[in-house]
Amino acid sequence: MKVYKSLESVKGPLVVLENVTGVAYKEIAKITLKNGRTLTGQVLEVHNDKAVVQVFEGTQGISLKDVKVSFSGETAKLGVSKKMLGRVFDGKGEPIDGLAHYPDKFLDIQGEPINPSARIQPEQFIQTGISTIDLLTPLIRGQKLPIFTVNGLPHNKLAAQIARQATVLDKAKFSVVFCAMGISQSEKDFFIETFKETGALANTALFLNLASDPSVERIMTPRAALTAAEYLAYEQGHHVLVILSDMTNYCESLREVSAARQEVPGRRGYPGYMYTDLALLYERAGVIEGAKGSVTQLPILTMPGDDKTHPVPDLTGYITEGQIILSRELYKKSIMPPINILGSLSRLKVGKGQLRDDCGAVADQLYACYATGRELRDLVAVVGEGALTDRERVYLDFAESFEKQFVHQTFDKNRTIMQTLGVAWKLLGMFERTELKKISPKILEKYHKQ
Amino acid sequence: MSSIIKISGPVVRAKNVQHSKVGDVVKVGNLGLLGEIIEIVKDESVIQVYEETDGLNIGEKVVNTRLPLSVELGPGLLTSVYDGVQRPLDVLKQKSGNFIGRGLTAPGIDREKKWDFKPKVKVGDVVSSGQVLGEVKETSLITHRVLVPHGVNGKVTKIFKGSHFVEDTIAVIGKEKVSMLQKWPVKSPRPYLKKTTSSEPLITGQRVYDAFFPTVKGGQCAIPGPFGCGKTVTQQAIAKWCDADIIVYVGCGERGNEMTEVLRDFPELKDPKSGKPLMDRTVLIANTSNMPVAAREASVYTGMAIAEYYRDQGYHVALMADSTSRWAEAMREISGRLEEMPGEEGYPAYLASRLAQFYERAGMVKTLAKKDASITVIGAVSPAGGDFSEPVTQNTLKIVKVFWALDAKLAAKRHYWAINWLRSYSLYTDITDKWFNINVGKNWSMYRENAMALLQKESSLLEIAQLVGKDAMPEKEQFILLVARILREDLLQQNAFDEVDKYCPLSKQYLLFEAVDTFHEEGLKAIEKGVPANKIERMKLIEHIGRLKYGPDEDVKKLIKVMKRGIQ
Repeated sequence: MKVYKSLESVKGPLVVLENVTGVAYKEIAKITLKNGRTLTGQVLEVHNDKAVVQVFEGTQGISLKDVKVSFSGETAKLGVSKKMLGRVFDGKGEPIDGLAHYPDKFLDIQGEPINPSARIQPEQFIQTGISTIDLLTPLIRGQKLPIFTVNGLPHNKLAAQIARQATVLDKAKFSVVFCAMGISQSEKDFFIETFKETGALANTALFLNLASDPSVERIMTPRAALTAAEYLAYEQGHHVLVILSDMTNYCESLREVSAARQEVPGRRGYPGYMYTDLALLYERAGVIEGAKGSVTQLPILTMPGDDKTHPVPDLTGYITEGQIILSRELYKKSIMPPINILGSLSRLKVGKGQLRDDCGAVADQLYACYATGRELRDLVAVVGEGALTDRERVYLDFAESFEKQFVHQTFDKNRTIMQTLGVAWKLLGMFERTELKKISPKILEKYHKQ
Repeated sequence: MSSIIKISGPVVRAKNVQHSKVGDVVKVGNLGLLGEIIEIVKDESVIQVYEETDGLNIGEKVVNTRLPLSVELGPGLLTSVYDGVQRPLDVLKQKSGNFIGRGLTAPGIDREKKWDFKPKVKVGDVVSSGQVLGEVKETSLITHRVLVPHGVNGKVTKIFKGSHFVEDTIAVIGKEKVSMLQKWPVKSPRPYLKKTTSSEPLITGQRVYDAFFPTVKGGQCAIPGPFGCGKTVTQQAIAKWCDADIIVYVGCGERGNEMTEVLRDFPELKDPKSGKPLMDRTVLIANTSNMPVAAREASVYTGMAIAEYYRDQGYHVALMADSTSRWAEAMREISGRLEEMPGEEGYPAYLASRLAQFYERAGMVKTLAKKDASITVIGAVSPAGGDFSEPVTQNTLKIVKVFWALDAKLAAKRHYWAINWLRSYSLYTDITDKWFNINVGKNWSMYRENAMALLQKESSLLEIAQLVGKDAMPEKEQFILLVARILREDLLQQNAFDEVDKYCPLSKQYLLFEAVDTFHEEGLKAIEKGVPANKIERMKLIEHIGRLKYGPDEDVKKLIKVMKRGIQ
């Protein structure tokens, strides 16, 4: 292995080497400082005899002299084994729980795109026990369904509730890969405590890059976590739920590197290739023909400034199959979980025959009625309730009851889909049949005011 | 010797590439990754690589194939599913399993399949480029017309009827041997005799498009909208139901699962006219968002070249591009790697001209064989943050004639198709009104204009209602709000999941229009006689109107008769 000492410059998270030969794009480099500390880096660009290396731990303490850089000849790999569950790894995929790790094999963390013709349309219902999600934005095995949140909301509690309550109808192997990117120690502790309490920790692999860890390393973390998930899913037959928290921190790291490389920025300084980069992560969810397992993603992202049009939620929304949006307004009304169904959506449909025949129509009807009710609530703020017609007043009342009885269920209540439907029909009983246009007469006959 | 000197994402620079010419396809590195030369500076060639470049090494070689990036054309295109550079995805799956490996090659057209060739010309006939040489039954729906290749003219000296592989010689023209397989460089438009004006609507069976914002065969349409409004579902519905002969569906930088849905649905869905599987008229190009970005850039051109090939055979083709924004982003990404001077929001300065060139390849033409044929382009646009003022939307709107504006508010209310009727427009209504009045019913244009006027009026009345409350408004205006609500809920909204409502034939659309128009007219008479608007609103009649779209035509006719007797 060749060792180079020829650093040309150090800038932000990047070092530039000169007089190097035979360096590959995206190759992993090891950087040894004078004091013996070693850092890991990855080649971002090669040009003639120059190589630009991104240092995951940051470049603090690197001088142009007395530094040795060696190239591994390999792109970034993750050692995987059956025994990854119950283990804790750092943001690069190295175990940090002090236990030995004997990888069965090494996989490239970049992954390869799933051939679209090898995919199966996801349609297996995952019951989360949360009414709003199960009925209105159902989570499907193989889906990527992000939670859009804002600072100060209990999104972690919701994610933990989903991880805890999620059940699949058949008795398949189910495991969780938790990928932390730039979250705080206390948030991490919350997840670990929750997983421990419910005994889920033994079925969970944790990849941790905390707020105090080097930010550039965050670019590796989801890739390592997803590689582990793919291995568990496609080679070990697990149905894997990957929780990625928080994607906004990941994107900020991406921006940091891009800025250091002096690339032409896209919107708000984020790199122009951020859509592609995010797609490379999100599209690793799916169900593959012939595979026993699947990868389902639940990314959490904080919308900076409560803004849904910010590049991170915006690009995510274009890639993922729907989103669950949390609302500050509902949170302040103590509606838990504070899911705003108006902005939330799941693009995937539950396959036929898995749920009762009225689910789709009831969901559409609840949506429509609640939307009308919310609009009227704004109107009342202007003209007062007296100006409403009787018909409109029913909608207004419905919106209120819907929030209190359907959306609100607290973080430890687990409702089955049948219980959820029960609450829904009770609420729809507030309306006359002529108002329920989204539901066919046959279904109304069967369930309305029964 | 050629050697790579710089690697930056999908852009690679190499020294001393032999016979380097802009547009040449090259094999990059030891893996033989597919690339295209896009710039030449002295002895350095700049190459856009259509596969991921991870692990590529300085000093590796670059081999020039000396051919431009081309598509293979011939029987076997229909029912195929390709990636952005026309590699069949099922063949890739056989080669590298469930994940797409690198450096794989696979011909676009199956060489092992035999086709029954029936000549349409005989020895001694003089033929020229673009003329039909013979036919092949490609699928249950489509007869493939084998054309005289570009640049070949003269007397037919031999012609071979019968079963052939695509590479076999099926005719000799002059001294030129001709096979069913042809190649065409994707970025050059295929020639035609002349462009003509469209005169016929593209019928989709979706009321909001046919009745309110119609397009024509050969039209240029855009569907912009923020995420979650149903862009893809809209595109898919049009691909399923529109009355084009051929559908080319380009999934450009979109979700993998969505393509799976198309792959699963289309073979099962039946063409409303012939009852044959829809897949038999469809070519799918799936370059999902996680597949290489440079191939995404190529995918829309690949789709367009295939569309033009079927147009030249005399077919009406509809090309769906979902989404042109992802295509524009691919351009931006490559432009950034080339260190070009950026234009608006980092997009390259040539964004507008590339978009215009692409949409201009649509249109009604007289083919070289003097047939009327067309390409309709329907491009989805995904504006960042749902903001229509961003460059891709704006540059698209400069070109297209039909604008279907998707609306997040409507989608949130589950109003589908979530097309905003106040913002959308179609510049083809003059043409289509004429056609509909003659072919469907004489009052079509009147109904359409009345409905549009009513919806326009509703929006101003609603503003007043917000201020004074609905009850304080005159009875007549309250009634107009009711009619507009019926228009919105019962005509504009369509249920894609309902067996009857998912495809609404023109005759039914006309009847529904008539029903609402009759209700409007008779209702006004009743109001004048002193019936209060809120009484009409509570009538059973309203519910009946709401159910019409799910029922048979007879119900509509009956109800119109009933209403004509007067509303009391």
